[in-house]
Amino acid sequence: MKLKMQQLVAGISLSVGLIGTSFAAECIAPANPGGGWDFTCRTIGKIMYDIGAVADPVQVTNMAGAGGGLAYTHVVNERNDDGDLIVAASSATATRLAQNAYGGMTADQVRFLGAIGADPGVIVVAKDSPHQTLTDLLDAIKADPASVAFAGGSAAGGFDHLKALMALNRVGYTDIRSVKYIGVDSGADAITQTIGGFTQAMTGDISEAVGFIKSGDVRVLAVFTDERLPGEFSNIPTAKEQGVDVVAVNWRGLYVPKGIDQADYDKWSDALAKVAASQEWADAMTANGLAPFTKVGDDFQTYLDGVIAEVQTMSKELGVIQ
Amino acid sequence: MDTISLLMQGFDVALTPTNLMLAVAGCIIGTIVGALPGLGPSNGVALLIPLAFSMGLDATESLVLMTSVYYGAMYGGRISSILLNVPGDEPALMTTLDGYPMAKQGRAGDALVLSGVASFVGAFLATIGLMFLAPTLAQVAYLFGPAEYFALYLLAFSTLGGLASKSQAKAVLASCIGLGIAMIGLDNFSGMPRLTGGSMHLMDGVDFLVAIVGLFAITEVFVFIESHGKESSIGVTLNKITIPIKEILGSTVTMLRSTVIGFIAGILPGAGASLGSFLAYSAEKSIAKDKETFGTGNPKGVAAPEAGNNAAAGGALVPMLTLGVPGSGTTAVLLALLMTLNITPGPLLFEERPEVVWGLIAALLIANVMLLVLNVPLVKLFVKILMVPPRVLLPGVTMVSFVGIYSLSGSSFDLLLMIGFGVLGYVLRKLDIPTVPIILGILLGNHMEDSLRRAMVVSGGEWQYLFSSWIAIVLWIAAMVGFTAPLFLRNLIKKPTAHDH
Repeated sequence: MKLKMQQLVAGISLSVGLIGTSFAAECIAPANPGGGWDFTCRTIGKIMYDIGAVADPVQVTNMAGAGGGLAYTHVVNERNDDGDLIVAASSATATRLAQNAYGGMTADQVRFLGAIGADPGVIVVAKDSPHQTLTDLLDAIKADPASVAFAGGSAAGGFDHLKALMALNRVGYTDIRSVKYIGVDSGADAITQTIGGFTQAMTGDISEAVGFIKSGDVRVLAVFTDERLPGEFSNIPTAKEQGVDVVAVNWRGLYVPKGIDQADYDKWSDALAKVAASQEWADAMTANGLAPFTKVGDDFQTYLDGVIAEVQTMSKELGVIQ
Repeated sequence: MDTISLLMQGFDVALTPTNLMLAVAGCIIGTIVGALPGLGPSNGVALLIPLAFSMGLDATESLVLMTSVYYGAMYGGRISSILLNVPGDEPALMTTLDGYPMAKQGRAGDALVLSGVASFVGAFLATIGLMFLAPTLAQVAYLFGPAEYFALYLLAFSTLGGLASKSQAKAVLASCIGLGIAMIGLDNFSGMPRLTGGSMHLMDGVDFLVAIVGLFAITEVFVFIESHGKESSIGVTLNKITIPIKEILGSTVTMLRSTVIGFIAGILPGAGASLGSFLAYSAEKSIAKDKETFGTGNPKGVAAPEAGNNAAAGGALVPMLTLGVPGSGTTAVLLALLMTLNITPGPLLFEERPEVVWGLIAALLIANVMLLVLNVPLVKLFVKILMVPPRVLLPGVTMVSFVGIYSLSGSSFDLLLMIGFGVLGYVLRKLDIPTVPIILGILLGNHMEDSLRRAMVVSGGEWQYLFSSWIAIVLWIAAMVGFTAPLFLRNLIKKPTAHDH
């Protein structure tokens, strides 16, 4: 018993030590430590404080559950007028809201602050694949949908799946339910399945593929950005320049509660814009394989509305939502 | 020879005073986290990540701390399995089967030392395997597609019947209950919630830790209350602690076999430590001459799962480092940590960041030796827990269970669910239905279902696809033999007994 009590005390003091300090502002990461949302909160929060955009350190709270749904519900129901709260979000947040995966919650129940970086979407094939360009691959699917199976790190109907479907949609292929897609545990897992020949192409984010691109095990057919990526990946063609007008990136950003004062909203969007312009954020993006993607305030809301509408349409066609 | 010089470089990196201190701290924290019911290696590592950030540790230091916690938790899980019949974490599940009966017979010290040594053998050899074979072994992952994974999980379930129960039918029933519970949550292929009753808490499915703690710890409380302590299995006699040389030597071959099985299970992404310890145990049981003593305190039944799960922990690092594919829940958290530290695991990691890889391997070897040294003398301390009367011990266990589960998600829903599992466990205990297959059903059910459905999508619904490679065919044959063999063997064993009467 004595030992158990010691263990218990150690455990409690550890957790209290981690979260006990008082902070002025709070950033909720709707996932466990270590993931993308956690990165967003920790990095943006730290830079906001370091460059003086906020007066006090930003405390990070991890609230995992229901793919971000628990945190979303918590913010809407219990923190609706908390002006000191920001919450990490990404494309997954928007996709799930569009697909009604947050238990009936909708995107207009919070205010999106903006996105300040993004992981560009890519389509990748094994090095010995017969498909040389994105058009090759899409043509092959048009001719025989059963000949190509995609693998991706998100569940069926998730953003990785939808990216591939958006590309097909742009070249006039509408029978999207016949497209084969398997959702595996992670993007790297999807690449493993593709190199192993079990699937013919991987749809995901470029950060998931970096190691395999450098080792030459895979070939990137297209990146879903407006312009080619800067630096070492500048030789990768965009989907746009191949005549497939899709821009699909996994953006990293924040939302705030709906009921806060306009002054608080402006305070946060100013702080976010300052982070976006800082050298610290540029370094953090390079280190984490993110490309610049800055849309703050109304600009971001417009972009988001467009994405949500398209995801909804596609998901209905897929049968993911009614 | 190149490997040796690289390893020496690794030791250079790992053997700084700071790193050694972090390793000691990590081993101790890990052992405690592993031993606490409800907290497993992946939570331990996840809880410490913010700490590593706030302490400003560099890449190697963070890795040393986290892997020490990881290995420490793998060691620690066995402690509560053996002493309390409550697995400290999911890979330690199989250790309850023979570890706890050994403790009841007054051989708790033996079981702890033996399992400590088995853990060491498994983890140490797996680290050596990681060192020499990682780049080559990574290719194995390319051979396993949906059909092969499905056959692998099928093999695991087919051997469940003869396990943990005298009645094969009851074990099958229990695994079906487990598989049923695994179906709760979002369906990966349609995005539809299944069996959630509209509750958002069930969208991610039932956390197996909630099930483990409910079915083991909380059930124990109910049985204790009902019988005023008479029927509780808690509370064991204690003999003098010695080093069980005979048992250790007697299970050397068991440990080596289990290490190989566990290591292979670990290398396969998605299979992980639980499958490793499970397959190691059932393999050992099926080839043993004294099958009937498994489950009643056979030392081999303690050595096999512990060597297996610790070897799997080392094996799981292979796909994580070389492919960036985590082989278990904990390596998924470690992977996230690596990414945050700007280290991208993948085919080039060994060439691009040798100092990180070899520093990590050296740290693993150091942590392992440290854990062996820590664990064997500490056995005495652990066993002292047993001197505490159950009426004091049990409320303590209950409290730790509640704190542990609440710390997972911070949701009181999980606590209610845990109590629900406690009630279920109580009913099942009365019906003499084993609970281990339920947990395995919850743990592996989704993986098995996903593999089957992926196979069906990829093949366009052709069932022949399931037998499309020699790996799949071999696994299917093994699964069929595994399922039918106990039926025939049971008859063979029964005959002479019938003759005696």
